[in-house]
Amino acid sequence: MADILYFGRLSDVTGKPFESVDLPSDISHARNLRSWAEARFQAEGMFLEPTVRIAINGEIVDDAHPLANANEIAFMPPVGGG
Amino acid sequence: MSVHVNISDQPISAPELLKDFESKLSSSGGVVSFSGVVRPDGKDSRVLGLFLQSYSPMTENGVEAAVEQARSRWPLEALTVHHRTGEIRTGETIVFVATASRHRRAAFEAADFLMDYLKTEAVFWKKEITEAGDVWIEPREQDYQDNQRWQQSETN
Repeated sequence: MADILYFGRLSDVTGKPFESVDLPSDISHARNLRSWAEARFQAEGMFLEPTVRIAINGEIVDDAHPLANANEIAFMPPVGGG
Repeated sequence: MSVHVNISDQPISAPELLKDFESKLSSSGGVVSFSGVVRPDGKDSRVLGLFLQSYSPMTENGVEAAVEQARSRWPLEALTVHHRTGEIRTGETIVFVATASRHRRAAFEAADFLMDYLKTEAVFWKKEITEAGDVWIEPREQDYQDNQRWQQSETN
């Protein structure tokens, strides 16, 4: 079971900022998460955008990062405050 | 060196924070402060407020790291960063940064650097609440260019 967080405009597409999911076993790397989320929410490519970053357990990772022990996964569109 | 970072959903009073900041200084000849205030005019319609999301502790860790960079680049006596999260109404202060140094240039530059970080790298997501509906706002190209200046000057 992993907690998945959808930040910023992604939550408009998912309809929720957060969910707990049993990820399918063939999702082994961060890049698989993109296509999984894309199909799950029919997001018109939003999860495939390179500027949407993925964090695992609070650390930003690249697409080749393995998902072992991923308790918390965050999809992060471009950030900025102020 | 006195450093204070605060990220919370509580209102920011820039005059009070500045007064408090200045009262603790002993060697500075220059104090710079910046307040970011929620503007009433949006792209298409009147803005009622903003909603700011953060991701703890990534947001706090990032700001702390930017503060460390500022400390190593400029000779500062004190530095403070306050940033709001949650709902912020038009006219309210969303961010307050103050820096103090012996001479003005370091204080100006450090405050400018920190604001560029907050605008383009700090882990926040910002939604404009307007009369015509809500819209997520991401940094403009100009914001990224502003932030780029500090990387260029580092290699010079």
